[in-house]
Amino acid sequence: MSVVALTAVEVDYDRGRALGPLDLAVGAGETVAIVGPSGCGKSTALRLLAGLEAPTRGQVVRAAGRGETAVVFQAPTLAPWLSARANVALPLELAGVRRDEACARADEALGRVGLAGAEAARPVQLSGGMAMRVSLARALVTAPRLLLLDEPFAALDEITRRTLADDVLALWAATRPAIVFVTHNVEEAVYMASRVVVLTRGPGRIAADVEVEGPLPRPPGFRTGAAFRATVETVSAALAEGSTG
Amino acid sequence: MNRAVNLLAPWLLIAVLLAVWEAACRLRDIPVYFLPPPSAIADSLVTDLPSLAAAAWYTLSKALVALVIASVVAQILALAVVVSGVLERTVQPIAVVLQVTPVIAIAPIVNIWAGVDHPERALIGLASIVAFFPVYSGAVTGLRSADPDLVRLFDLYDAGRLQKLLRLRLPSAVPFLLEGHKVAAGLAIVGAVVAEFVSGSGKVQGLAWRILDAGNRLQTAKMFAALVVLGAMGVALYALLQAAERAGLRWWRGR
Repeated sequence: MSVVALTAVEVDYDRGRALGPLDLAVGAGETVAIVGPSGCGKSTALRLLAGLEAPTRGQVVRAAGRGETAVVFQAPTLAPWLSARANVALPLELAGVRRDEACARADEALGRVGLAGAEAARPVQLSGGMAMRVSLARALVTAPRLLLLDEPFAALDEITRRTLADDVLALWAATRPAIVFVTHNVEEAVYMASRVVVLTRGPGRIAADVEVEGPLPRPPGFRTGAAFRATVETVSAALAEGSTG
Repeated sequence: MNRAVNLLAPWLLIAVLLAVWEAACRLRDIPVYFLPPPSAIADSLVTDLPSLAAAAWYTLSKALVALVIASVVAQILALAVVVSGVLERTVQPIAVVLQVTPVIAIAPIVNIWAGVDHPERALIGLASIVAFFPVYSGAVTGLRSADPDLVRLFDLYDAGRLQKLLRLRLPSAVPFLLEGHKVAAGLAIVGAVVAEFVSGSGKVQGLAWRILDAGNRLQTAKMFAALVVLGAMGVALYALLQAAERAGLRWWRGR
């Protein structure tokens, strides 16, 4: 049973075909990484999955309703005039949840991403990594069935990236939403996903669909294991082939 | 050391210019009615201070009333324009024409409409017109300045138009509104002064009229004194609004 499925979707912009034709189904609780060269339509695919954009041709079937989908953008995308708590409570308040209850659930979500104590801080007072965690808490606060991440760690340093990757997997283990995330980092894709979808250069089509062996969340030392290295090689090869061919 | 130099340099230049001016007036026997020395201007500033201060308050109070009127009208219109695209295309040509027409050219007409008995209405009217545009364009730009990803987020959570307006567009506009009001305050004084010049009647007791009146009597030192007060008033208002803008931004983003 898939949470969301794209069937033969194509997206055309003024300057021509941006994506597709593409078939992609995401199962409940699955973590899928989409990798591909710049301009292949990764982010467009993500917006289709989110329902923020409609395909020019083809079909999008979503089992996850509007309120059950959450997106984390490349930048934290926080409202600077709101505290961390108010930013996280925003999706709930837009859905009509009472303010005190929304705030209580926001505080709980901030606690889950390791930001207990920072509830009253404004975005300008947070580091890049902390702001991204607030953004993550805002996505998780509605307990989504589908969580979409658009290169969420691209602007962060390597250590923060790795910590956040583990944190996202730990959070995933708690409620098991389906996760789809876009990245241009192959190791990150293989580390975080049970399945890596490789797109060709634009307009993106599927070049490879690679299963990743191993438990999620990842055990310590997973990055140095032979299986991990082999999968990274497979994905990289598919990516290289899709980029030139 | 560097800091002290940076701080003192402009004052030093002013002091040197004043000294040269004073010396030139004395050495070359320049008539006072033509170019009074700084000492004569300082004299006039002291003796005429009560009347100049009253005149400054007259001009300033009219400009402030105009600023409030302009602010309210501009923000309401900006809101309406942003909500309705048709209205923007309807209003835009008139707004542009009004904005590019020099205020001094409109002043005589506004004076007629205000009537000879109520020159202060002309002052407020003209100052409102010039103060309107910075607030209006700041509000329109600000209401449209919301982060596109935040807009997507609101779409994702099915936010209504009113929710988007109150929770996203209005708060996003705050920095632009602060900037717009800072510019508008300065322009309101310009508008009030222009209206005073054009009306040129004894019923208007503002600074510009003091300058005209002193000019008619060849009291050149007093003209300069009034100019000094006018400049000081502008600087003070700008500094005040600059501080208000900083405080507002600190409040807006929490630091």
